[in-house]
Amino acid sequence: MTAVQTRIPVADAPAEPNRLRRGLPRIVAVAVVLVLAAAPLFLAPFATTTLTRIVVFALFAVSLDLLVGITGLPSLGHAAYFGAGAYAAGWVSINVTAEAPVPLLVGAATGAVAAALTGWITVRTGGVFFLMLTLAIGETVQQLANTWEDATGGANGLTGVPSVRLAGEPLVNAGYLYWYVLAIGVVGFALVWLVARSPWGAALRGIRDNEPRMRALGYPTAVYKYAVFVLAGSVAGVAGSLLVAQQRLVTPADLSFLTSSFALLAVVIGGAGSLWGACLGAAVVVLVRETLGASLDGHGPLVLGLVFVLVVYLLPRGAAGLRWPRRDKGRST
Amino acid sequence: MLVSVLNGFAIGFLLFILAVGLSLVFGMMDVLNLAHGALFLGGAYLGAALAGSWGGFLAALAVAAVAGLAAGALLSLMTEPLRNRSHLDQALLTLGVAFVAAEALIIVFGDDPLSVPAPPGLDGSVTVLGATYPTYRLVLIGVGAVLAIVVHVVVERTRIGALVRATVADREMVAALGVDNRLVKVVVFGVGSLLATTAGVLGGPIYGARPGLDATVLILALVVVVIGGLGSVRGALLGALIIGQVDTLGRLLLPELASFVLFAALALVLVLRPQGILGGAGARAR
Repeated sequence: MTAVQTRIPVADAPAEPNRLRRGLPRIVAVAVVLVLAAAPLFLAPFATTTLTRIVVFALFAVSLDLLVGITGLPSLGHAAYFGAGAYAAGWVSINVTAEAPVPLLVGAATGAVAAALTGWITVRTGGVFFLMLTLAIGETVQQLANTWEDATGGANGLTGVPSVRLAGEPLVNAGYLYWYVLAIGVVGFALVWLVARSPWGAALRGIRDNEPRMRALGYPTAVYKYAVFVLAGSVAGVAGSLLVAQQRLVTPADLSFLTSSFALLAVVIGGAGSLWGACLGAAVVVLVRETLGASLDGHGPLVLGLVFVLVVYLLPRGAAGLRWPRRDKGRST
Repeated sequence: MLVSVLNGFAIGFLLFILAVGLSLVFGMMDVLNLAHGALFLGGAYLGAALAGSWGGFLAALAVAAVAGLAAGALLSLMTEPLRNRSHLDQALLTLGVAFVAAEALIIVFGDDPLSVPAPPGLDGSVTVLGATYPTYRLVLIGVGAVLAIVVHVVVERTRIGALVRATVADREMVAALGVDNRLVKVVVFGVGSLLATTAGVLGGPIYGARPGLDATVLILALVVVVIGGLGSVRGALLGALIIGQVDTLGRLLLPELASFVLFAALALVLVLRPQGILGGAGARAR
């Protein structure tokens, strides 16, 4: 009894610092969003465009982190849903309307449908099978983008996409476009963050750490994994629609294995499971690619490959959030 | 139709040579080697650089074999510190190596697709049951079949093969019996990589050598391994022959959707038998 009584004050004592610690990230988050929103007022148009690309890529990386870091599903083909959303948003902008919410919603729906069509088979597997299957799906979708010329423009890509229109006004100005992308990006990030914090997110972390136990506790783990796969595909589709709003062009390279790897690199650099980390990682990846890519004469993958090797050896904590079902290999499943 | 079936066999045996290394390395060591496609591409470029005469072709094979063995040993040593880390880390490492290797090959050999000539005497075509067919592909079927038998006999009938299979089944138990796991791993990794580079040289006259080929063959090999069952030689052979036929038939009948036919086959197998056609229950537990 005394033991219990002494424990209660100990548990209560850090409550005050905890509240502070809980409040601080909120202040930082608001400050970061404000700084980001004010950035185009101080930056040259080119820098604003780079910042736009970072926000687009960050949202894509966050959607991947939902799979890799939160749920422990390592996808090597997530660009398929990003690219599918971009193609669909671009196609709608050209052929139907570029009025603001339409390309966005079409991108989200396409990403979700693509993920729903492929997810029912990928979430049946785990670990290395999931890696292989997502890789195969990504390549398949890229080949489709290359060969289905009527809809995608083949290897040349989908060109001549008009600017996104907001209430009839095309967003040509780099700053306005940036605010549009930032607003959607913040909403998307908040959505993923809320999911990660929700009981569903807690269940997903449980699945990551020990799926058989979660199943034994009565969680329908396959349904949970399928739902998060579709959600991640949908958010990636939104990011794709932002991509096409920014570069007004989609090529098969946007849904290539390389793009998937860049996103995975962003997640791993930032530390899988940390959504903020994924955003920071995305910023690093985009900046390195834009500044080094030109000077390296298109041999970006060389740098990417070296960074991968270095990150794996030097930043093992970056991927520390991942737990694999192989630790319960001895048990019968 | 006959031509397509023969093509399917030629590509099937080529895929087997490629995939068996991937399958054994994964089955034994839990390492998913995403640099496997880059090894194939290295072999293909070697073939493009050296082939043209019999001497050149054989030299390309020999150089590819040695280089593959060395590269495999190196990869094995590089993945050793990651033994207790996640699959993702190992995949990222081999992926990084694959990017570096593929870019290095592009820097050396250029961006343009290179064609690889078949050795003299095999570059013509012969008549098979009324259809003309390239001689080289017929020879490839023969060579592939012989290699498949050799690998099968070595793995299933010899002492070394027994050791490899035992390591696939239960690594810790083999280690407890006093066998140095790391040595087995280096050897299997080396031989698997040797087979991949050799397949690159052999496949050169069919696929050529071009940037992006590494990803294409890596996907084919992964599909083969998943369909056949990880860690199983017979599974790899069966998977390779099935995928060879499915892929060539798909390209013939539905050229626009060939990659989807491949994916559909993969999906079908995974729905009916998630552990692969010949994969044991153990393969699934991983």
